[in-house]
Parts: sequence; C-alpha cells; structure tokens
Amino acid sequence: MTAHGAVVAPHQEEGPTAAGHGTQGIDTALLGMLLFIGSEIMFFAGLFAAYFNVRASSPEWPPPGIDFIQPLPLPAIVTGILVLSSVTMQLAVWRIRADDRRGLVRALLISLALGVVFLFLQVYDYYVLLTDDDFGIDSGVYGSLFYTLTGFHGAHVFGGVVGISVILLRSLQGQFSARHHIAVEAVSAYWHFVDVVWIALFITIYLLK
Amino acid sequence: MATTTLRPQLGTYGSTRSWVYEWLTTTDHKKIGVLYITTAFLAFLIGGVMALGVRTELAVPGLQFVDASLYNQLFSLHAITMIFLFVMPMWTGLANYIVPLMLGAADMAFPRINALSYWMIPAGAALILGSFAFGGAPIGWYMYAPLSATDPAKGVDMLLMGLVLLGTSSILGAINFIATIFKMRAPGLTLMRMPLFVWNTLVTSVLLLFSLPVVTSGIAMLFIDRNYGGGFFDPALGGNPVLWQHIFWFFGHPEVYILILPAFGVVSEIVPVFSRKPLFGYRAFVLATASIGALGFSVWAHHMFVTGAVYLPFFAFFTFLIAVPTGIKFFNWLATMWGGQLRFDTPMLYAMGFISLFLIGGLDGAFLAVVPFDFMVNDTYWVVSHIHYVLVAGSVFAIFAALYYWFPKMTGTKLDERLGKVQFWILFIGTNLAFFPQHLLGLDGMIRRVADYASNAGWTELNFLSTIGAFLIGVSTLPFLWNVFVTLRGPRDAADDPWDANTLEWATTSPPPTYNFDALPPVRSERPLFDLKHGAVAAHATALPAASGQTHGELREDAAEERLGKPVEGDRDESGEPRGVAPGVSAEAPDATPVAGRSEPDMAEALRQDAEKPSKPGEPT
Repeated sequence: MTAHGAVVAPHQEEGPTAAGHGTQGIDTALLGMLLFIGSEIMFFAGLFAAYFNVRASSPEWPPPGIDFIQPLPLPAIVTGILVLSSVTMQLAVWRIRADDRRGLVRALLISLALGVVFLFLQVYDYYVLLTDDDFGIDSGVYGSLFYTLTGFHGAHVFGGVVGISVILLRSLQGQFSARHHIAVEAVSAYWHFVDVVWIALFITIYLLK
Repeated sequence: MATTTLRPQLGTYGSTRSWVYEWLTTTDHKKIGVLYITTAFLAFLIGGVMALGVRTELAVPGLQFVDASLYNQLFSLHAITMIFLFVMPMWTGLANYIVPLMLGAADMAFPRINALSYWMIPAGAALILGSFAFGGAPIGWYMYAPLSATDPAKGVDMLLMGLVLLGTSSILGAINFIATIFKMRAPGLTLMRMPLFVWNTLVTSVLLLFSLPVVTSGIAMLFIDRNYGGGFFDPALGGNPVLWQHIFWFFGHPEVYILILPAFGVVSEIVPVFSRKPLFGYRAFVLATASIGALGFSVWAHHMFVTGAVYLPFFAFFTFLIAVPTGIKFFNWLATMWGGQLRFDTPMLYAMGFISLFLIGGLDGAFLAVVPFDFMVNDTYWVVSHIHYVLVAGSVFAIFAALYYWFPKMTGTKLDERLGKVQFWILFIGTNLAFFPQHLLGLDGMIRRVADYASNAGWTELNFLSTIGAFLIGVSTLPFLWNVFVTLRGPRDAADDPWDANTLEWATTSPPPTYNFDALPPVRSERPLFDLKHGAVAAHATALPAASGQTHGELREDAAEERLGKPVEGDRDESGEPRGVAPGVSAEAPDATPVAGRSEPDMAEALRQDAEKPSKPGEPT
C-alpha cells in the first residue's frame, strides 16, 4: 500500500485508464463550446460553398453593375476593429489567468465596445448600400450572397456581444478567478471564431475579384 | 404501483412536486430518454398512417382515395415525419437512456441542454405537422429547388422552420453525446473498451455535428429565396438550382448513416449477448464504424448522377468503397453467431431479421452505385424499395430490437415474448411483402411520387401486394402497443440483468435510481459485467481467444480476485464521497428494498455492501 491509501493503490498499476468522470484533460464546458464552434464552421462552410458554387457558374464576377463593393475604406476599418477586439479578448483571458480581475473587466469592456462599434458600422454600411446604391438582398444572386453571408456573420457578432456582456456582468460581481473562469475561455474561443470568419469573408467578398 | 412508470422509491428523493411538473422540468437523462422514445413512437404511428394513405391510393389504378395534391403532401410528410420525427429522435432517446449507463456516468455532460434538445422536438413537430393546415409541404423530403423555392404554400415555410428547430436540437444533442463520451467514462473504460452502441453513437454524433449545419445554411438560403426575393436557386437571378442538391445531399448522405449507425450498434450489443460469445473482431468493428462515418462525407453526389453536374467515377468508386466496412460488420456478426449458443428471444429475432433484410437493402443500394444502372432506375420504385429496406428492415427492426432488449432496464419488467414473436413475424412478412415487389416495379419503370398508374401497365398485382404488406406493417404495431400496455400494468419483476448481458447498464437496478450507480465494477475489458460474473470461470478457459492485444483477454490473471464493488481508482470524488451516489443520499438508499420475485443475485446490493467495507464515505483516504 502506498501513502495514498488503500482505496487507490490496488489498481494503480493497471494500464491506461479513462479520463474518469471529467477530472482530467480539457474542461467539459470548453469542449462543448469547441464542438459548437465546429458545427458553426460547417454552417459557414455551407454559405461559402454556395458563394463559390455560384461564382464558378457565373460568366462574370462580380456581376455587371456591382462596382460599389470595395475593400476601402469601411470594410478595411471594420476588419481592423474586429481583429483588435480579438486581441483585447485574448488579453482578458490572460489577465484572469493571472488572477487580475480589474484587468479582466477593462479588457472585456474594450472588447464589448469594439464589437458594438462593428455592429453599428455594419448597419451603416447596409444603409448606404440600400439607399445610395439600391443594392438589396433581392438584387440578384450577388445581393443574396452578400447580405446572407455578412448578415449571418453579423448575427454571430451580436451573439458574441451578448456573451461578452454576460461574462462582463459576472466578472463585475467577482465571479471569476485564476482557477475558475471557464466561461471567459469559452466566450473568448467563440469570439476568435467570429473574428476568423470575418477575415475569411473579407478576403472572399472584397479581395478575391 | 401498477400504473406508475417507475417504482415509487426510485423517484426524486424528497420531492413533493407533481409527476407532471417532474416530467416537464426533468434534466434526468433517463426521463428525457423516455420522453424522446415516446414522442418518436407517436411520430412513427402518425407517419405510418400517412404511408397507409399513400399505399391505399396506389392499391389499384385510378384516383379513389386521395387527390394528387393531398397525395403529394402525404408522401412528403411521411418521409419527413419518419426521418426527422421518428428515427432520429428514437435513436437520440435510446442513446440518451443507455449511453450514460453504459459509460458508468450519472448523467449526460450537459443535462439542461439535453432537456432543451428534447423540447425542441415537440415544437418542431408542431410546425411540421401543422403545415397540413397551411397548404402542406408537397415538395418531397429532399425539397429540391426550384419547386421548393417557388411553391406558394405557407406550409413549406413552416416545414423549413420546423427542420431548423429539429436540426438545432440534433446538433446540441450531438455536442452533448460527444462531450459525455469523452469526459464521463468510468475509470478503466478506455475508448477501445467502449460498448459498440457507444462507439456508433459517437460516430453518429460526429456526422450530425458536421452535416446538419450545412443543410441548416441551405434551408436559410431557401427561406431567403422564398420570402425575401433571394436568388440562390433561381437561374433567372444568377443562382443555381443544382446548388441545393449539393448542399442537401452533403447533409443527406451522412444523414442515412445517422439513421443506420445506431442500428449497427444495437445489433452489435444484442448478437454477442444472445450468442453467448464475445463480439468477433471488436477492433475491426470500431474501425469499420469510423470509416463508414468518414466515407459518408465523400459520396453525397451519388444522389445526383443524373444531373450531369458531378464527376461520376469518383463518387461511384467511393460509394462502392463503403460496402467494404459494411461487409466487415456483416462478417463480424455472422462470426459472432458461428458456434455460439444462440437464444432466440425477441431482441435476437429482430437483430437477425435486421441482418438478413438489411443485406438486401445494402445489395440493391450497391446496384445503384453502378452509374448506368442508376441512370435507368433513378426516381423509380427501385429507389423506394432500397430506402425502405435499409430504413424499415434496417432502422425499424433495430429500434424494435433495442426496445425489447432495454425495456426491462427502463421499466423493470420484460415485454411479453409471445406477443413479441407474433409482432416480429407480422412485421417481417409485411416488410418483405410491401417492399420486395417494388424492386420489380422499379425495374419495370414505375416512377415514384406519382399518385396513379395506368391499368394496362401490368403493375396492378404487384402494387396490390405492396399495399397488403404496408397494412401488415401497420397491424404489427398493434401487438406491440398491447404488449407495452399489459406489461406496464403487470408486476415489475424483471431482474437487474435479465439477458445475462455484458455491459455496465445491467450492473445497476432495473430501472436505475436517479443517480444510476452506487458503485462501479472494475472495467478491464469491453465486457465488464461478463468479467464480473464469469471472470473466475473464464480465467481457466484457455480456449477463449485471449491472445495478446485482445481486449477481452486482459482480465484473465487477476480475474479470480475481482469482486464486485471492490473500490476502483477514482470511484470516490475529491471529498471522499463514493461516485454515483447523489449528495445527501445515505448508503441505505430506499431502493435497497428487495423486489418480490427477483430471482438473480441482487448485484446492486452486493455492490453496496462491498463498497462500504474499506472506508466509510467522508473518511480521509
């Protein structure tokens, strides 16, 4: 018998055992979030597949008359905003891992503000396209693709903003610590995913002509 | 007592709430499993009535029973109901009940998400079945554009919304199962010791996780096309109708494995138990399951051979390739039965019915992989026959096998064997009578999804036979319902392990207490319960295939010393409480009362007594 007592000893020499009952390895909630992100990736993969399928079967791309979808200035600005918010979100994670609750709150506030600014700028972009360029979701398949892809991404940004708000409120109540902050890790993973999807969208829609 | 679903002492401890509230708010994986199974069976009956409507119309030439419009709604919603509201929720329900028990876990990883997943099913069902009141959804179950994008019926939009709900439910369920399987296994239960039903649930969940979101995106596009002037599937606006087929079948082909892989798992649990042998080729079976899952993502376009828009040799080749792992499974089942002591209880009858009839479905599916043959029979009754041989003779037979097999675990009483065998033979004959003639009709060129056929085409007799078979299938549900009814009114006297089975779910009481296990037996192989019961005997049985590397050979040396309930690594949590015991419940749980008529040794009792010996809960270890 070892110092650990009779309960553990008899089977310690046994071969590989399972990560029993969630005590080892990745946290169960974080695993759930990563799996959810996996399914979200497939959702956007469907939308991207539609984009490239239609693009490949079209004689001209973008369709004639669409010259107002340009990377500069607004799309490039919102891309910078979202990338910056990913950085601040990661800072939030690092701060709470170091048990710095004030740093966590600060970083979350900045991330939240950047996410909200992104959403406002997207709405502004939609407004300009709809009024000045008369370009809507029913303006041919290009309009359908543009608004569906960016719209579903915007909905996910909104979901991320809600998630950040929740963990911000929880961190204001002092619920997180260096040992207990799995919700921060999960929301951060989701926010990075939303950011990566935008980068893919930006390249696909604005840069690949 | 006689009319309660669970023995009173097994309910929630100290609860004074009504049973209605209890069932509406439960997060217990067993209760959610029962809710899933009941809902799914209800959908089976509704979808069956629609099928009988279709077959009644087709019994003789001419339009006598329904008009063409209602016919279109019936066959569309029959398929949607059976696939999305019956088979998928039924497998989710069975896995919900059984998988945590097989893993030695107390519940699923995310119990509240589990409840959310279930409650999306009735909501989705209400939308889908409610579409009948809003013009129906006469667009076929795979909803091809441009028909689905232009059909003016509001029922189509309801159907699409319902499908998104059901899809979200399945995605959340898949996340839950994967997290449960990777994080909640009992100590010693390594991946390569997991029961095959768990393995198949795992692969099914991966397929769900990666295929359903794709069709969800497609449904979103379809909804935008229908309601907001989108042009995804409209060539006039620059869209592409074949795009829908790609998106749908990228989900649709994994979907058929989602419907059948759990069936493989069930049969792989039942065949060894009723053959009194370990499963032949456990590792090969696991690899075959995983490769079916992987290949399932590379064959979607074999549904689109006639579009002329896909690369035929690639998809034909990969479709044939899937026959290899499927064939491995067949050989494994047959080799398991070979030389075994077969018992022909109802679960085994259904499993053998599955093996024999699914083979027909698999073979006529392999015909369809031959491109020229597919060109000939595409959209004929050959395809109808194929899908029903794999889904009725496949999934439905395995579902009944599972229901008969696990019914004693869920309720504490076995279903009546005589009625079960009557049901099996009616269903077996009905299935063949309904679907075999459709092979011949398809070869003869009868097109599916048409409400009528010419009286001089020579198809009348075969169609009439098919209709008789369909009604036999309908009749076969009556002995089952009667069986469930009378059995639940009778005494709950089934033993904890009535089939002398191998896996952990039989190591607890029937039905299990809320917390599932007092203590867990040690897990040294993929048959922990067999080791527990027969380990000492098996230790001397040199004839057993105990070669190195065989998982069921690893227990031999120490098997004689192994006792039920010996403390195993990790059977206590950090605070020293035994795992599997709900907080605040004393070791003298109320369910320790022996049940009258229990003939076999009460293992839970033995477990508890042994578990108490080494150290009392709460003592420092």
